[in-house]
Amino acid sequence: MLRDPGRSWDHGSTVTTPAATDPARIRNFCIIAHIDHGKSTLADRMLEVTGIIEARQMRAQYLDRMDIERERGITIKAQNVRLPWRVGDSEYVLDMIDTPGHVDFTYEVSRSLAACEGAVLLVDAAQGIEAQTLANLYLALENDLTIIPVLNKIDLPAAQPERYAAEIAHIIGCDPEDVLRVSGKTGEGVPELLDAIVAQIPAPEGDADAPARAMIFDSVYDIYRGVITYVRVVDGRIASRERIKMMSTGATHELLEIGVISPEPKPVDGLGVGEVGYFITGVKDVRQSRVGDTVTLQHRPAAEPIGGYSDPKPMVYSGLYPIDGSEYPLLREALDKLLLNDAALTYEPETSAALGFGFRVGFLGLLHLEIVRERLEREAGISLISTAPNVVYRVVMEDGTEHTVTNPSDWPEGKIDRVYEPIVNATIIAPSEYTGAIMELCQSRRGQLGGMDYLSESRVELRYTLPLGEIIFDFFDALKSRTRGYASLDYAEAGEQESSLVKVDILLQGEPVDAFSAIVHKDKAYSYGVMMAGKLRELIPRQQFEVPIQAAVGSRVIARETVRAIRKDVLAKCYGGDITRKRKLLEKQKEGKKRMKMVGRVEVPQEAFVAALSTSEPSAAKK
Amino acid sequence: MNTVLPLLPGSPASPSDLPDAAREHLPTTPFGLYVHVPFCATRCGYCDFNTYTSDELGPGANRAEYAGTAIAELRRAAEVLGPDLPTVSTVFVGGGTPTLLPAEDLAAVLAAVRELFPVDPAVEVTTEANPESVTPASLATLRAAGFTRLSLGMQSAAEHVLAVLDRRHTPGRAAQAAREAVEAGFGHVNLDLIYGTPGETDADWAASLDAVLAAPVDHVSAYALIVEEGTRLARRIARGELPLPDDDVLADRYVQADTVLRGAGFDWYEVSNWSRGEAARCRHNELYWANANWWGIGPGAHSHVGGVRWWNVKHPAAYAQRLAAGESPVADREVLGDADRALETVMLGLRLRDGLPLTALSDAGRLRAADAVARGLLDPGAHAAGRAVLTDRGRLLADAVVRDLTD
Repeated sequence: MLRDPGRSWDHGSTVTTPAATDPARIRNFCIIAHIDHGKSTLADRMLEVTGIIEARQMRAQYLDRMDIERERGITIKAQNVRLPWRVGDSEYVLDMIDTPGHVDFTYEVSRSLAACEGAVLLVDAAQGIEAQTLANLYLALENDLTIIPVLNKIDLPAAQPERYAAEIAHIIGCDPEDVLRVSGKTGEGVPELLDAIVAQIPAPEGDADAPARAMIFDSVYDIYRGVITYVRVVDGRIASRERIKMMSTGATHELLEIGVISPEPKPVDGLGVGEVGYFITGVKDVRQSRVGDTVTLQHRPAAEPIGGYSDPKPMVYSGLYPIDGSEYPLLREALDKLLLNDAALTYEPETSAALGFGFRVGFLGLLHLEIVRERLEREAGISLISTAPNVVYRVVMEDGTEHTVTNPSDWPEGKIDRVYEPIVNATIIAPSEYTGAIMELCQSRRGQLGGMDYLSESRVELRYTLPLGEIIFDFFDALKSRTRGYASLDYAEAGEQESSLVKVDILLQGEPVDAFSAIVHKDKAYSYGVMMAGKLRELIPRQQFEVPIQAAVGSRVIARETVRAIRKDVLAKCYGGDITRKRKLLEKQKEGKKRMKMVGRVEVPQEAFVAALSTSEPSAAKK
Repeated sequence: MNTVLPLLPGSPASPSDLPDAAREHLPTTPFGLYVHVPFCATRCGYCDFNTYTSDELGPGANRAEYAGTAIAELRRAAEVLGPDLPTVSTVFVGGGTPTLLPAEDLAAVLAAVRELFPVDPAVEVTTEANPESVTPASLATLRAAGFTRLSLGMQSAAEHVLAVLDRRHTPGRAAQAAREAVEAGFGHVNLDLIYGTPGETDADWAASLDAVLAAPVDHVSAYALIVEEGTRLARRIARGELPLPDDDVLADRYVQADTVLRGAGFDWYEVSNWSRGEAARCRHNELYWANANWWGIGPGAHSHVGGVRWWNVKHPAAYAQRLAAGESPVADREVLGDADRALETVMLGLRLRDGLPLTALSDAGRLRAADAVARGLLDPGAHAAGRAVLTDRGRLLADAVVRDLTD
């Protein structure tokens, strides 16, 4: 079944030469799939079947660049690859744009979709469609993309292609017979899928003579080459050595290289209408080459950008502190470096009485937070404490002044008139037997049921409006545990709502510990206080005096625990051979004491902060 | 900072290159000898001492030959410390179970001490013993050889507690052995107790203390059970077979012991040691706590002379081989810096009833001492008189006070 389309590529057939490809021969498509539904494996097979990579050079998840991506089986950054394909005697160029697969990166997904005319909807034949896939499918439909429904993993014994074909047909309104069946693992059905892409997805349209316009759908920093920008050309042509202009800022850059990915970067003369490729200008910061921006030429600029561009907006904030305070400069350096590759990251220095010097960092969402944290720890070797994630609150005082609060420490004193919190529209898909459990969970998280649909007899889609602050805590963990892992979740921001929110402070011996303060709904203040005080009672070592731990809203104490005074701190023996050992132990204890943070007179070990703040261990990446 | 001197290959570290500074106060500093006997009939589950149950340890390290090997190290000690040898004021034979050696062998070691060193006429000579490994006859032999003090490992009067500790004697045997020692003419007899063993109740502990008071002893050592890593006890606790001793319970037991012993005329003179009058204190242990000089004979034994600490190779066979080859059995040593010595002085001195002079503390330490008085950890009267002395509550928090005073 393997053909040899590589021949036409290598021999420079004029119809498919970059910059000279007839748009009629181009198909730009993406794959919409849930995290473990086999997108990367299918992409691997496509690389093999089209012959641009031989089986023996193959490594799993070829297109996933970062270690974190391979380890977690998720794609964080968009990828693309130009594939040659032949149907009958005609040669085609298929540009596959691999979209990021997570709710935090909805904007990036939307830009990737905007670069395509069609989408492969890939669904695991043993699991059926998931919430996030559905959300991205809707996004694709909004972008008028042609959808090719595909069931993957048909080789699995647990596969139920009939059942899930019916489900997909129900959702997108096609015939179950139209749903293709493939196995990314064995390669079965993959050539037929490529044929279908050629047959069904429209060729790109654009004006070859108009001023050049290309949309940036990804931008990546490379330490050797600077920023590599991935674009889809809409109109005109961009050739090497030209000066390009970013339409959002007006900044111009010299093109040092322009090329296509196939599957490694290959420099070409230029890119024409409908083509997908990359360019390098020598800029060092992805902020100078933002996803969604329109690129045009300096000498003949386009009048209007392509549209759809927006600045990334942090949704979740957390304080990041080095466990070893002396690593603060290292953390700053590492953040500066990450910033080069992450246009959505924001941060500013922050000081905590309990944790020392750190940064208040803004993220797109929980996975983004976790990825940044992990990269800082892994790539810069810094151990970090992160404070509980916080959304952005708007607090209006009685005198009319307004505060934006991204950190409990910034909660204003004085008379508060009202507080607004961000909300999201969430979609949850799960087997219908879990409907009750999901509703219970969403209600406990202050959710409002918006609607409910049966996708099939046994699967249900629930739509809720939920405060974002409730989701970033441990919502996904709770959802997974209540549905034995079968539920999937997606959400999109949906404005704000007024809520009864309060700040809960945690006090040790009457001294508030800023790192443990939290903004919660007033009905949840008590349970947060009890939980945190109880946890700290276990984590704070006994001191020579009794240590009261209190949770308070303003001056009102709502929960209290006590760490009893230590009564015995003496080694039983100290004879000849024990002396050296005991002196060393003492020196070690004294070292440990130096690493303690003093809260008033109370010595709190670093580990207690780490452990107390770790509950909200983001769960998103476990998806 | 201390310096651990590395061993040079082919030239085993030897205290013979004792720095002159270490020798400086040799004649005027009290000097003791410790002799380690690394044998036990069985290994107790809580014990992490350097001791062996096998009698096939190798040439020179077997029980029958061990006294001769120890005497060989005594000879080395006399050579290194000579020619102006310090006078031996205490000898302490510990283990292991010293009384697993024939009493005649222990007598021979003591005779060698007298032959090789000048010995104080009022020398204190102690041996440790397990209650089941002494008899009236062996005790008479030891007494005749010059042993003046017997320290018996009693641990508990409760049979189920002894079982958890893997101790073989029956509950009444320790007191009986103490009586036999007094009858044999020993002027000073100690019983060792362990409290806080998993399963021990307040009543068990009270019964143990009563049993001690009923025996003719003038000294009691009572230790909280320490669960040492690598012991069978630690493994049993890790597996959940036994509960970990609770610190609050240990504190209660300590207070209980102190109250009962005090009521019977025993005064604490070190955190874990009580005696009937000053004369009954163990002078050898006091020598450790005063940072005086001592030479430890035997495998794994530690020595200290004038700010130099060293320790012998741990295994009896390696130890015996070194000595047989005319080499030093020292494994490694450290030369204490000023800061180490200052820290040790506080660490050891503060555990004593007499405490330590405030002048032994740094300026910051003295400020903290005043704070410790305010917190009820140091005695105000003694503080006013220029000494840091722990209160009853302070004794239980001695390590914390040491950390405070040496910051």
